[in-house]
Amino acid sequence: MTELFPLIVEQGTVRRRGKVLVGPVDLRLEGQGVTIVVGPNGAGKTSLLKMLHGIVRLSEGSLRWACAREDAEKRQAFVFQTPVMMRRTVVENIAYPLRLIGVPRKEARARAADWGRRIDLGDALERQAMLLSGGERQKLALARALIRDPKVLFLDEPCASLDGRATREIEEILTEAAQSGTRLIMSTHNMGQAQRLADEVILVIGGRIHEFSPAAEFFAGPQTPQGAAFLRGDIVE
Amino acid sequence: MSDLWEGLSQAFWLVVLLDPDLVEITLRSLRVTLTALLIASVIALPLAALLAVRRFRLRRATIAVLNALMGLPPVVVGLVVYVFLSRAGPLGVFGLLFTPTAMIIAQVIIIVPLIASIAHQSLRELWSDYHDLLISMNTTQGQRIRALLWDGRRALLTAALAGFGRAIGEVGAIMVVGGNIDHATRVLTTAIALETGKGEFAMALGLGFVLIGMAVAVNLAIHWVGHTERGGRW
Repeated sequence: MTELFPLIVEQGTVRRRGKVLVGPVDLRLEGQGVTIVVGPNGAGKTSLLKMLHGIVRLSEGSLRWACAREDAEKRQAFVFQTPVMMRRTVVENIAYPLRLIGVPRKEARARAADWGRRIDLGDALERQAMLLSGGERQKLALARALIRDPKVLFLDEPCASLDGRATREIEEILTEAAQSGTRLIMSTHNMGQAQRLADEVILVIGGRIHEFSPAAEFFAGPQTPQGAAFLRGDIVE
Repeated sequence: MSDLWEGLSQAFWLVVLLDPDLVEITLRSLRVTLTALLIASVIALPLAALLAVRRFRLRRATIAVLNALMGLPPVVVGLVVYVFLSRAGPLGVFGLLFTPTAMIIAQVIIIVPLIASIAHQSLRELWSDYHDLLISMNTTQGQRIRALLWDGRRALLTAALAGFGRAIGEVGAIMVVGGNIDHATRVLTTAIALETGKGEFAMALGLGFVLIGMAVAVNLAIHWVGHTERGGRW
């Protein structure tokens, strides 16, 4: 299988109704580690992730994977801030991505049940997913995203509105995924989480990338005044 | 008021004694309506899902036309089908006029827009929930439509039941294309119209109560089969 990375974005811009949501952005992402996207509310973090994943198409500029786009699309997954629960049972939700690629129902359910147990939803496999709590929903969404072993996983604030315990459980799953070779690109508001997980940090303000540096350097001393102000907790818009 | 009681009493005895004529026209009503419902659902439900997931130039116009067609006057539908199926009409060679098949065709035309419109309303909401997820999973259009139809099946059941209600109570179109022929095309509604015309109000009411009871029974049966309104299910 051909390499997926590097992902190269040149002058990538997303507009909606004349308003620039992202860009212009120049970015090169390599195939290792965890990239955390930070920035204030409305900075364009979600739009940037969706642009990189391909849910939102570029208005201008280019975005290239090392392999063909169709091939790249099959090797990615996305976890949304508000997890989308299909109107099915837990096990059917997790199995759905496998069914899409033609895995027989029985095998897909067996693998989904394994994942369900890994995320502590073993007792809830036959429950309707809509009845799960926020943390359980997010874990289900993660399992559903990871069941096809994606090469890259985009996560849009997966722990927003979750308590400490649920956040820790999600982080454990993410760390495990990263260790087994899944490239994580994730946005968060939680600076503690960013420090725990990040190998590199992207600071987005007003739809533009103001800083892209290794996590240790970013948290030790940002290169830009906006980065410093953001870390101090000053209002940055 | 006495007609009402007499009607109830007639209905009771017709059912208890399994009146052969009543059984025949009831079964014919069910056969014609359920066949029409099946054919209409096969057309309308995928159409509704397609309208929900696919963006094309005349989409809004198509939805508007579909909504407008919900109010199709049945008698006009009957008249058009009559013209098409009559001996001089383009489909006259098939000899379908005054047969249950002609009644099914008329009912399908009447209920397809109704089922498609109601189903589209539900599926549009479901699609707005699923949109980002299914796009992010790189699904094909066929997979999106299948996901909507499967996950929205309980809402679609409501759309189908609305179609059933409209079809089972329909009289104008099937009277025109069926002709209300005894032992051939007579169904509950046309029999009620006939009895009313003869001044047999009690009998007409009796048949009416049977019709209502049958509609309720079919609705309950479909809900039971569809496992709706049970704990933890949507």
